[in-house]
Amino acid sequence: MIIEIEINGEPCRGEIEPRTLLSDFIRHTAGLTGTHVGCEHGVCGACTVQLDGETVRSCLMLAVQAKGRSVLTVEGLAPGDAALHPLQRAFHEHHALQCGFCTPGFLLTAEALLRERPDPSEREVREALAGNLCRCTGYEGIVNAVLDVARAGRPDVA
Amino acid sequence: MKPAPFGYVAPSTIAAALGALGEDAKPLAGGQSLVPLLNFRLARPETLVDLNGIAELAYLRRSDGTLRIGALTRQVTIERSAVVAEGWPLLAQAVRHVAHPAIRNRGTVGGSVAHADPAAELPVALTALDARFHVRSAARGTRTIAAADLFLAPLMTALEPDELLVEIEVPPPPAGARSAFVEHARTHGDFAVAGAAVVRAGREHAAVALLGAGPTPVRAPDAEHALRHGASAAEAAAIAGAGLDDDYRRALTTELVRRALEEAQAG
Repeated sequence: MIIEIEINGEPCRGEIEPRTLLSDFIRHTAGLTGTHVGCEHGVCGACTVQLDGETVRSCLMLAVQAKGRSVLTVEGLAPGDAALHPLQRAFHEHHALQCGFCTPGFLLTAEALLRERPDPSEREVREALAGNLCRCTGYEGIVNAVLDVARAGRPDVA
Repeated sequence: MKPAPFGYVAPSTIAAALGALGEDAKPLAGGQSLVPLLNFRLARPETLVDLNGIAELAYLRRSDGTLRIGALTRQVTIERSAVVAEGWPLLAQAVRHVAHPAIRNRGTVGGSVAHADPAAELPVALTALDARFHVRSAARGTRTIAAADLFLAPLMTALEPDELLVEIEVPPPPAGARSAFVEHARTHGDFAVAGAAVVRAGREHAAVALLGAGPTPVRAPDAEHALRHGASAAEAAAIAGAGLDDDYRRALTTELVRRALEEAQAG
């Protein structure tokens, strides 16, 4: 069957089988390899993308289920080729990544958190990120990066 | 791994879905439990009946004091619902323990119930709330099942292969009811080892449902009876845990029930 999914604002058409996972459509059909596949059963969070603005595990959805809907991947996060998204910049500054495999999932999870809750406590950040596994950093840098972006977005903090 | 090949249908009405269900067909709701099973090839249905396009299965409403939850209602909807928070806070308390936000965005209430994982939170909360489950088939129409009769064994319910869970009906809790949901998991969002859902209203009403105390959600009728006759949280908790053979599980369950009862009493 042939389906079309909007990915990062661009329509993407491809021929798939019903069993094709959304993660594989993103990587192989759209060629966007920023979405990483870790465990492929919903535990690690590396493949997290946003579907119509809400985080989902792309390995736990069939591509056909995203037909006609809008997907955001890490490639669509930065405003342009030259600039980084504030979260990406904060991850860089706080050493919130080492190997980087888990980073796209963390970024999309954190972006959704800050849109829903612009001023989260550290506990809320940790809870929101609990579904994403990082084996390098010990999470401190990641949590600090997200809190930093939240603080920068608050008008009462310079 | 990748799923084995399957046929795929995406009906837009309940009637069309019922027509497609049967021995070798499996309904797909949020997919947060079924897709991992497909990826591991532990489930190899001939046909997947995708319910996600059935608008008449996705609703949450209060009518005549009763909460009616369409089977396709997402877990996140329960989490954010003002109606649930006000009238059935136990469901909001329980759903926050269901995995992680990205899972709750897709996962459905009906899916949690029909999958019947013994470590799932919503079936335990619904058991404490005396929920009733409406299931429908093309051949036999609608029937209503109580929680005690629905959950038979781990991952097994009384649903026949051609039946679809369509609605969960939650009766109004007694006046002044207070509730709590407490569980122990190794990390937040992981499968719970044990847990307890409790509802108290004055002296007369006490519901205690346990997670991890058996192959299905179970009520603790002896502990409920003791509570109605003035037992303290600690005394009732000891009774609730007493039947468990495993030392660790008994100690953990007893402690969790005590905490849940005290939290509910503190309101």
